[in-house]
Amino acid sequence: MSTDSKFGDYGGQYVPEALMPAIEELGDAYERYVLENEDGFMDEFRERMADFGGRPTPLQYAEQLSARYDTDVYLKREDLVHGGAHKLNNALGQVLLAKYMGKERIIAETGAGQHGTATAMAASHLDMPCEIYMGTTDINRQRPNVFRMRLNDAQVNPVTTGRGTLKEAISETMRDWATNVEDTHYVIGSVVGPHPFPNMVRDFQAVISEEAREQIREKAGRLPDAVVSCAGGGSNTMGAFANFVQDEGVDLYAVEAGGSSLDVDEEEGVAPNSATLTTGTDGVLHGARTKILQDSDGQIVESHSISAGLDYAGVGPELSHLVEEDRVTPVNVGDDVALEAFHRLSQTEGIIPALESSHALGYLHEAHDELGDVVVVNVSGRGDKDLETVLEETDKRDLDVAPDMDLFEGVER
Amino acid sequence: MSDVEAAFAEADGALVPYITAGDPDAEATKEQVRALVAGGADVVELGLPFSEPIADGSTIQEAIQRSLANGMTPGKFLDLVADLDVDAPLVCMTYYNLVYQYGDEETRANAESPVEPFVAAAAEAGISGLIIPDLPVEESAELRAACDEYGVDLVFVVAPTTEGSRLQNMLEQATGFVYVQARLGTTGARADVSDQTHESLQRIAEFDAGNSVPKAVGFGVSEREHAEEITAAGADGVVAGSVFVDIIAEHGDDAPEYLRQKARELKEGAHAGTSQSHPEPERT
Repeated sequence: MSTDSKFGDYGGQYVPEALMPAIEELGDAYERYVLENEDGFMDEFRERMADFGGRPTPLQYAEQLSARYDTDVYLKREDLVHGGAHKLNNALGQVLLAKYMGKERIIAETGAGQHGTATAMAASHLDMPCEIYMGTTDINRQRPNVFRMRLNDAQVNPVTTGRGTLKEAISETMRDWATNVEDTHYVIGSVVGPHPFPNMVRDFQAVISEEAREQIREKAGRLPDAVVSCAGGGSNTMGAFANFVQDEGVDLYAVEAGGSSLDVDEEEGVAPNSATLTTGTDGVLHGARTKILQDSDGQIVESHSISAGLDYAGVGPELSHLVEEDRVTPVNVGDDVALEAFHRLSQTEGIIPALESSHALGYLHEAHDELGDVVVVNVSGRGDKDLETVLEETDKRDLDVAPDMDLFEGVER
Repeated sequence: MSDVEAAFAEADGALVPYITAGDPDAEATKEQVRALVAGGADVVELGLPFSEPIADGSTIQEAIQRSLANGMTPGKFLDLVADLDVDAPLVCMTYYNLVYQYGDEETRANAESPVEPFVAAAAEAGISGLIIPDLPVEESAELRAACDEYGVDLVFVVAPTTEGSRLQNMLEQATGFVYVQARLGTTGARADVSDQTHESLQRIAEFDAGNSVPKAVGFGVSEREHAEEITAAGADGVVAGSVFVDIIAEHGDDAPEYLRQKARELKEGAHAGTSQSHPEPERT
């Protein structure tokens, strides 16, 4: 695994000076504890991920989808990790690392609330005080997750600037870190930010592909032809890809949120999508040089997706690099296709997927002919958190695949 | 000696005010700058607003939002600078992505580096220096080269956490002045001068054998006494931003007169402090 601060032209450490010593200290801790297993750090991490987190997760053969697409479809069931998503892999790793480093306080940003809830769980589990920054827009559309964080004794700090979503929450958490850097660790939620975060978060998430690679060889007797994973910031993506990158015969598809359109509205400063790898351009955001959604002046534009967890104007620098190198293929599906895929998996396989993961399943539906005979799809999380959104968005559309919604007619919701 | 360094040398306790350009519009900014210089500003720091100002506190974040909402862009910013005819060097404070993206396709294709078009245009418009708070010295080689080529100073921020070889490296690379961050955190007016200020100035003095670049302390400076305490502690000047931005937010069209008064007050403090500073000159 690479410890360089750059992935080709991408990555680096573009942060305020006050944070540089903390980032160097973190880089040192990452090398010693994560890469070299000093003091048995990685052993403890794996043990806790088993007992507290429920790992390993299964790689499940999806019978109905396989028959429908005439392709062997295997689902990596990250929705079964404690908390309902892959996010705990990273959150528990970082909170434990903060403890080994002697830090006394945990802060984190959250968009949809998945990383916030995972961090709150991990901090509670490891007895660390924890504060989560969350945009006011997100707080209002993700109330159950806010309540879960409060239940786990985390403080939730509302962020009122901008549109009140993930990028404002990241900026505000960076400000807190710049103020309290001496005793505080910032648990960043994806493979983004300054070095060493993109490397470190990838390594904590790489357990997904480490398990999946072993499991597919057992079940299918071979490596897959393709691995399909959704990509917002890209932590489940890099986790699902990391151990397959060296396998040249395995195609890697990063499925981004196409939103409602791939165009950028310069006038309004809005991109009605989060397809950063597909449509973004090189720039510097939140500590790293990577692909970002920006206007021609370099102002960051507001992104959009039906899935709050993919709704981000940047992407991990390593993914930008792997796309540049043609090792990862960026593709995208829009809100409608993702929503249909959500219903399809729920109906045919008995699994309610997160709207994020539904993008990967939507791409499987659209492109199954081109993906080969054996395909692994990463189900990065479960969809319970999205039920309100799905109810609303399904109601707006005429979807053949959705259950009959007449049941709800005239009912206040 | 650059324009900025010369301004510090003549100042005898320099005042470097910051305001956000385009708050609330370009014409107002010109009036504000003139008022600050009339009040005694030696160098003026003009903020070019970026949508993700991670080093700024709420006061300046709100100014940036006002400016962006009123249509400020890098191009309009440079037009504004070119129009300004004041007797003080202008330093641009902005974030790296705006520097990195500047210029049309053809200019960018012919440029030595992605940051050269901005530095060339800024120098042409009359910008004397750049402060890029999300660009640590380790990532600054391209910008340093472009600044050297066009005679633009590159100001680095020294934080309370900056020590050892990194501090040394920064002092060697800095031109114009070194921005000493008075405390951890983001920009914003505070009630007192942090103890970290004195520690930072002490630490810098220990490393600062060869480089004569001036030191200015900022982050939280808002009162005459702060300015006096800072220059008395051995700094060459003070940077003050949020206090001026607050005045603009509060007084609108009447802001220039209040800006001039506040600048005068801080300048008097900075000047008074220098006479108490070190009977023996700090640098020999």
